Amino acid sequence: MKIHEYQAKAILRKYGIATPDGVPCFSVDEAVDAARVLGGQSWVVKAQIHAGGRGKGGGVKVAKSVDAVKQFAEKILGMRLVTHQTGPEGRLVKRLLIEKGADIRKEFYVAMVVDRASQRAALVASSEGGTEIEEVAATTPQKIQKTIVDPTSGLTDQDADAVARNIGIPEAAVSQARDSLTGLYKAFDETDASLAEINPLVLTGNNRVLALDAKMNFDDNALYRHPDIAAMRDLDEEDPAEIEASKYDLSYISLDGNIGCLVNGAGLAMATMDITKLFGGSPANFLDVGGGASTEKVTEAFKIMLKNPKVNAVLVNIFGGIMKCDVIAEGIVSAVKQMHLNVPLVVRLEGTNVDAGKRILAESGLPIISATNMADAARKVVAAANRT
Amino acid sequence: MAILINKNTRVITQGITGKTGQFHTRLCRDYANGISCFVAGVTPGKGGQDFEGIPIFNTVREASDNTGATVSVIYVPAQFAAAAIDEAVEADLDLVICITEGIPVRDMIRTRNKMCNKKTVLIGPNCPGVITPDEIKIGIMPGHIHKKGRIGVVSRSGTLTYEAVGQLMEQGLGQSTCVGIGGDPVGGFKHIDVMKMFNEDPDTDAVIMVGEIGGTDEEDCARWVRSHMAKPVVGFIAGVTAPPGKRMGHAGAIISGGKGTAQEKLAVMEECGIKITRNPAEMGKLVKSVL
Repeated sequence: MKIHEYQAKAILRKYGIATPDGVPCFSVDEAVDAARVLGGQSWVVKAQIHAGGRGKGGGVKVAKSVDAVKQFAEKILGMRLVTHQTGPEGRLVKRLLIEKGADIRKEFYVAMVVDRASQRAALVASSEGGTEIEEVAATTPQKIQKTIVDPTSGLTDQDADAVARNIGIPEAAVSQARDSLTGLYKAFDETDASLAEINPLVLTGNNRVLALDAKMNFDDNALYRHPDIAAMRDLDEEDPAEIEASKYDLSYISLDGNIGCLVNGAGLAMATMDITKLFGGSPANFLDVGGGASTEKVTEAFKIMLKNPKVNAVLVNIFGGIMKCDVIAEGIVSAVKQMHLNVPLVVRLEGTNVDAGKRILAESGLPIISATNMADAARKVVAAANRT
Repeated sequence: MAILINKNTRVITQGITGKTGQFHTRLCRDYANGISCFVAGVTPGKGGQDFEGIPIFNTVREASDNTGATVSVIYVPAQFAAAAIDEAVEADLDLVICITEGIPVRDMIRTRNKMCNKKTVLIGPNCPGVITPDEIKIGIMPGHIHKKGRIGVVSRSGTLTYEAVGQLMEQGLGQSTCVGIGGDPVGGFKHIDVMKMFNEDPDTDAVIMVGEIGGTDEEDCARWVRSHMAKPVVGFIAGVTAPPGKRMGHAGAIISGGKGTAQEKLAVMEECGIKITRNPAEMGKLVKSVL
């Protein structure tokens, strides 16, 4: 799960990390009030959406007067902010963060991630803050430093100091940087985060270390023990189809194509998308109905998939293991009848009770195109999609 | 021979009284030598009872001491599953196969740390399990689609593994052992660990590795294969069409920071002498072609 910058900063402050003073706002009036209350000479008006690259997209502006805050707030609130992470349709801005301007001398990058190779958490740090870390990694990998954290001791003061000095934090700020880095590890660990990133971490004119931007993602499997974080979920930032799917324990992701795919198992679902593409088609979605799909679940899966107006053919690919093919077949028949399906449907069944499953489909009298294997299924669904 | 498990393996089921544990214990017991292999169950507080004749113990240690079992399979709910692995490790079992899906990564980091310097091997979590066809099945895969033979199978996914096995069967090829290593970012055996075992196994002639997007496990395995593997290896990676930044079902199946793409993995595998296909319907034929 993702949260907004202002929410991530609130969490980080609890762990002793300094951030600029700021106020989340939902209207222009609130933004103007926030600037007055914060005081000072300059403010930053920041669009709050769950995507990076906001600055380049015009979603972050520095204002030198309260009037300017008002103008920027009017412009950004309600805009469709397009960044390299939002796709061409952009994201509607509904929340702002108004922050006091900071006196920035230098920018750094620090983040806590899960390091698969060592099977531990790792602190990633770089002297090159502000830009995309992927870019730094690609062009100057020597400027990225990775510190693996022992889960029994946590991030030690010595490790934190070494990292701080290594990325070029001046001696006068090392002790505050240490607290920020150890705080970042604690925040990451104690909230079951999958990412806790401060980019940039800045050094101010008076040698203070501040988190100028912050991003936190969380492990969905651990949200049950963090109701406070689960409550920060902003459904406006998520695809409605994906939210609907999650209610039925279906894993659904929208894609750009026109062939709806309904599959059991994530790996097989990806492989089904891949083979569809390989045969010249374009998948409209990833949809994994899981290991224990019932008739009801399959029906809901069809409903969600067919809400996408671009879908002009559907491919069902089931390898029945624990999930029996006859149960799936009944689900398919019931869904097709309920929904008055009007696009071609190709079904490939294999595995447990496959003969019974195929018989149910054949005897249903429905215009279901049966396929013998994955290649046959892909070929048939691509042909059907091209005809309609 | 096969790898990891055979007809002489004795198994404890952790979480035997839960719905999932009961369902799969029945199927495993009814497969091949299952009746002799599945000798104990563990559910805290239910020691002394039995599940359809399989004795239940309060702890893994008791179960192991009383039955001589050295392997466990875990169906315990996600909140308690990491602790269940810890218990099996503490009891010095040889092998733990954790089927449970949805264990928090933080729990697994701690569990993996506790496993340092312990002898226990972990398969999973979030995996279908391990099967040595016609001998023993430990996990949730459909037994009847398999047949004894000489092809090793290692995979991060569930149903895609069944698909690979189905295609092997179409080619008349049986399997020595099929290992589902699971799709989580932090877990036990990786492709490379299973590959090493297949290389040593006299009953395995060739290996098919099925991977997916996310991480670099497949690349690590491929590099090992280039310099050490004495047997042909073929491979497929799911997710060429997966968009970056989106979690594709499994927690580990995500392309992040430009890393872990299927193209990259396939390129490295090919470079390392692994025969790859971009067509998931060709996995079986490809294996046949290298024999």
